[in-house]
Amino acid sequence: MCLGIPGQIVEITDKTRKLGLVDVSGVKREVNLACIVNEEHPVADCVGDWVLVHVGFAMSRIDEAEAAETLKILEQLGEVQDELAAMRASAEALGKAS
Amino acid sequence: MTNLETAENGTTRRRRRDRINVPTVTLAHGGGGKAMRDLIDDVFVSAFDNPSLAPLEDQARFYLADLAGHGDRLAFTTDSYVVSPLFFPGGDIGKLAVCGTINDLAVGGAVPLYLSCGAIIEEGVEVDTLRKIARSMADAANDAGVQIVTGDTKVVDRGACDKLFLNTTGVGVIRTGIDLAASNVESGDVFLVNGVLGDHGAAILNARGDMALSTPIESDCAALHDLIHSLLDACSSVRFVRDATRGGLATVLNEVAEASEVGIQIQEDKTPIRDEVKGFCEILGLDPLYLANEGKLVCAVAEEDADKALAAMNAHKHGRGSVAIGRAVAERPGRVVMETVFGGRRIVDMLVGEQLPRIC
Amino acid sequence: MKYVDEFRDPEKAKFLLREIDKIVAAIASERDRPISIMEVCGGHTHSIFKYGIETILPDAIELIHGPGCPVCVLPMGRVDDCVALAEMPNMIFTTFGDAMRVPGSRKSLMQARAEGADVRMVYSPLDALELARQNPEKEVVFFGLGFETTMPSTALTILQGEADGISNFSLFCNHITIIPTIKAILDSPDLQLDGFLGPGHVSMVIGTDPYRFISEHYKRPLVVAGFEPLDVLHSVWMVLKQIAEGRAEIENQYNRIVPDDGNNVALESVSKVFQLREFFEWRGLGSIDHSGVRVRDAYAAYDAEKKFSVPAIKIADPKSCQCGEVLKGVIKPWDCKVFGRACKPETPLGALMVSSEGACAAYYQYGDIEKIHETTDAA
Ligand code: SF4
Repeated sequence: MCLGIPGQIVEITDKTRKLGLVDVSGVKREVNLACIVNEEHPVADCVGDWVLVHVGFAMSRIDEAEAAETLKILEQLGEVQDELAAMRASAEALGKAS
Repeated sequence: MTNLETAENGTTRRRRRDRINVPTVTLAHGGGGKAMRDLIDDVFVSAFDNPSLAPLEDQARFYLADLAGHGDRLAFTTDSYVVSPLFFPGGDIGKLAVCGTINDLAVGGAVPLYLSCGAIIEEGVEVDTLRKIARSMADAANDAGVQIVTGDTKVVDRGACDKLFLNTTGVGVIRTGIDLAASNVESGDVFLVNGVLGDHGAAILNARGDMALSTPIESDCAALHDLIHSLLDACSSVRFVRDATRGGLATVLNEVAEASEVGIQIQEDKTPIRDEVKGFCEILGLDPLYLANEGKLVCAVAEEDADKALAAMNAHKHGRGSVAIGRAVAERPGRVVMETVFGGRRIVDMLVGEQLPRIC
Repeated sequence: MKYVDEFRDPEKAKFLLREIDKIVAAIASERDRPISIMEVCGGHTHSIFKYGIETILPDAIELIHGPGCPVCVLPMGRVDDCVALAEMPNMIFTTFGDAMRVPGSRKSLMQARAEGADVRMVYSPLDALELARQNPEKEVVFFGLGFETTMPSTALTILQGEADGISNFSLFCNHITIIPTIKAILDSPDLQLDGFLGPGHVSMVIGTDPYRFISEHYKRPLVVAGFEPLDVLHSVWMVLKQIAEGRAEIENQYNRIVPDDGNNVALESVSKVFQLREFFEWRGLGSIDHSGVRVRDAYAAYDAEKKFSVPAIKIADPKSCQCGEVLKGVIKPWDCKVFGRACKPETPLGALMVSSEGACAAYYQYGDIEKIHETTDAA
């Protein structure tokens, strides 16, 4: 349900109707920005925003910090595993040596 | 069927008539009288002009001896073209009709030689549109070294067809010793493609404009016989060649898996798709493996020949970007399995119907 | 593709799979049945099959493919209504491509189009509004379908139509809501679910609060999940962790897109234009209270159900169809008696065979067919 795809707003096409052009990998489409604008973030400020697009509407502004955080958690998982593996390997090596 | 042009012994040519001076085609142009002759002369004959056109008979004639010089079997194929819109980025219905039929001959290892051109025209179509399309056919045929030698024109009531339908039939000669078939593949063989997939399908869907997207994607429409012959020259173990038209790569692979009773494993990260086509597919929920191509082929060669075959393909202008995408295996005969970029596996099945854009 | 490719990184998947294996090894031994996790949303079902996620998860985890495909759960009578609308004179009937092939009791929209109805696929309800603008002499109906994710788009389209004074546009509203549906599933007596992957894109509209009852009342963990394959694995891991630690909480894996309090503008537009229906009929699940919305009276001029008379006849699901049990995870698709026989993607009997997000179609097309053959041949 609800196919959504990240894209970047590259141009405002109609300020009053809150329309802008979104770019998804070089494919462009006019989308409605109503759901991602408010007083602090007016239409004019949307250019450059990364948004999630669903059926021609920008539905959410993508939180870059949160995205990085999610990836970091996964990376750290890997690091911990690598450390554990290294510890195990050295323990084994020690075991063999003794 | 009438022949396009009259000539005595193929040398003296019939006097060319003037350009017709009405802007659109009417039913009168289909009546079999002078109006029709003028339309044919103006649009098709003037474009397809070539010295070896046969006399104005109901058929084109060629010498068996000429054919025999190319190989030992005739290849004969037909295809109809109903694309909408008629003009799209990267081509038009005319170029498509010539390249498509050439490719159908060439994937059997044939040297394409002669084409026919049947046109079903909806009344109201602009004569200039037809001229442009006929010119495009002629250019494509010239580029490919084939001749359009006979044809037919019908004009139908408004609504009875969509502007213009073309049919091209092709005759070619298969080189001696070549036997390409989807049933030849053996376990261990490597599958190759000649570049990025899905361009044509995406370009056409986009050109229809219903989805209001704008993309720089162009159709890959091209005649592949030359590439195929380079491949055949370089590599003696080519099992089959298919052009991945309607239904895309996935459909060809399924047909081959079934015909050869092998399993086919392909790797998603090796399957070339350009970023714009990926983006296009993500937006509309389409699978690029099923998008049509008009200038892409799939073939299989013996494992030890794969590098040689790839080198030959990459040296050709229509083969830059050729890569190996997978191999035939003994497991799961008849099935195509893709190893995903994520390390999982999924079945790549035949498509049930036409792929539709989705939101879910 | 930014925000896409990073979340398809197989290297990171390896880390996650190792952690998942560890937890499964620790908790599976104490259990006599697999750990069942339901992904509520069809988008997840699609990702799971597209990336072959089931093929890389340990066997002890069973993913149950839930009801979150709005096309699949659409009752036949509603499709008949669409066809009836589409066949009205002077009508342009617009729809998302998903709905074209869904069979009605007599025909699908695809067949109606073949027979001459003016049915057009659009990417956005805004495109349907645009068609209405360009064709003032025609009536344009948009087939509104989908969960809370899609509701704001149709609501905003109606508001735009009103602002622009367009009077030949209306909505055939079939929007459904996710919460009552999850509740209905949780209340079913034969249910054996250990946790949920929450619908990411619905949640970006409604936020994470509406799921509280799942953790508080039903004591099941739910993790709001993104749709890229790493998101799905990450969320599975988060659910497993909760199970292992004896927790039942609502967590948000997809916080790059989903704010905990949802999207206010979207919610306001929805409550302005729509109101809850007493009940809505679901294919496979039957009638569920308050599980759909209708256009409010204030916007009756944009409500196709008021503007035109639709037959609204209830059509019972075929008897042989076991979609309801599959949806609840009670049986696997291939356990259904008609799976792959009378019911195939070309000739779907049940809802779940209709769209590639339906569990049955997904198994039929992408799934481990050998396994399926073993089962069906043995039967
Ligand atoms: S096989 Fe068909 S009838 Fe059976 S559960 Fe699946 S969709 Fe329903």
